[in-house]
Amino acid sequence: MRLAINFLKMKHIKILGTGCPKCKKTTALVEEAVKEAGVEATIEKVEDIMEIMKYNVLSTPVLVIDEKVTIKGRIPSKSEVIELLNG
Amino acid sequence: MFDWVQNMADWIVFDLLNMQQGQHLAEALNFFIYDSVKILLLLFVVIFFMGMVNSYFPIEKVRNFLSRNKLYGLEYLMASLFGVVTPFCSCSSVPLFIGFVRGGIPLGVTFAFLITSPLVNEVAIGLFVGLFGLKITLIYVISGVLLGMAAGIILGKFKPERFLTPWVKEVIANAEREEEAFAAEKTPFKERLPIIWDEVMKILKGVVPYVMVGIAIGGLMHGYIPEGFFEKYMNKDNLFAVPIATILAVPMYSNASGILPVVQVLVSKGIPLGTAIAFMMGVVGLSLPEAMLLKKVMTLKLIGIFFGVVTLCIIISGYFFNIIL
Repeated sequence: MRLAINFLKMKHIKILGTGCPKCKKTTALVEEAVKEAGVEATIEKVEDIMEIMKYNVLSTPVLVIDEKVTIKGRIPSKSEVIELLNG
Repeated sequence: MFDWVQNMADWIVFDLLNMQQGQHLAEALNFFIYDSVKILLLLFVVIFFMGMVNSYFPIEKVRNFLSRNKLYGLEYLMASLFGVVTPFCSCSSVPLFIGFVRGGIPLGVTFAFLITSPLVNEVAIGLFVGLFGLKITLIYVISGVLLGMAAGIILGKFKPERFLTPWVKEVIANAEREEEAFAAEKTPFKERLPIIWDEVMKILKGVVPYVMVGIAIGGLMHGYIPEGFFEKYMNKDNLFAVPIATILAVPMYSNASGILPVVQVLVSKGIPLGTAIAFMMGVVGLSLPEAMLLKKVMTLKLIGIFFGVVTLCIIISGYFFNIIL
């Protein structure tokens, strides 16, 4: 039961990007932010372009939290990501 | 406008360090201080300005505009102009390409944008103003826009749809006009500013090391190579200079910001400006990493045509500059 609730609360983060340096930086930054925010989250890197295009974005990197596009086209700042995770 | 920077450089070199005027090392150091301060300031201003424009006019709006309006040929010019104010990272070229064609924007128009966006970007403009002055920068920007437009129109004539990868053809077949409301539309300036600022700092941090190394090398050359040194070897009458410079430039990419300051010194030592501009357009406008990425959406043949047409346009504008400047 506990486990199930935890899973529901868990955030599902996706980082969309074709593997450029900016996307790698974003991934590292999000990993840190998740640790600092103390939230349970899965982080998935999406590098397949067809998969990326499903989110209808024009520039990468893109941060997707629970299937919602939050930040696109730039590397977010850590505090921004923490805010989004807690929000 | 930058007299105070020159005064400061003079003061540091000749008063503070007590070096002799006319000494090679002193001249080189003076040049280095003056150039780096001036260029960093200009880079900051231009990048910040472009960041502001882009915050209010993001790529999604560009796409919506181009997909909504059929402008009887003017859309090539519009796409090319939008390319100037929209920053471009070659790693975004594929999503951008797909997003554009999915919005029903013709391939030629998409190409016009894809060409101008990296060619006339905020870093290039900042460096150009600092190194060559406003007039040459204006010429560079205008010709970059015209070049993107012309190459887009030419590429459109090739019926490039034939050379796309199958899955992209499918995307086009299912193309529908998508309009996406831009979420951050109503964000107040106060909230935009930190994000813009953050971006400006990131871009600056990325290019400053290259620029400094470039200026340092330029500074040394400035002090040691005699005036007009290259005129003997690379004058305007040498017809091969422009194509060779352009073709050499295409594989260079990441260090474009470091190359510009060196090129400026080469110009001051006698390399024709048109040849130099062609070289720089090749450096900034075309890159092999971009070509590798584009392989996902187009066949090698189309990438070849794309690079070929753009290279040709660059070479032509190089000759053109050599004639008028």
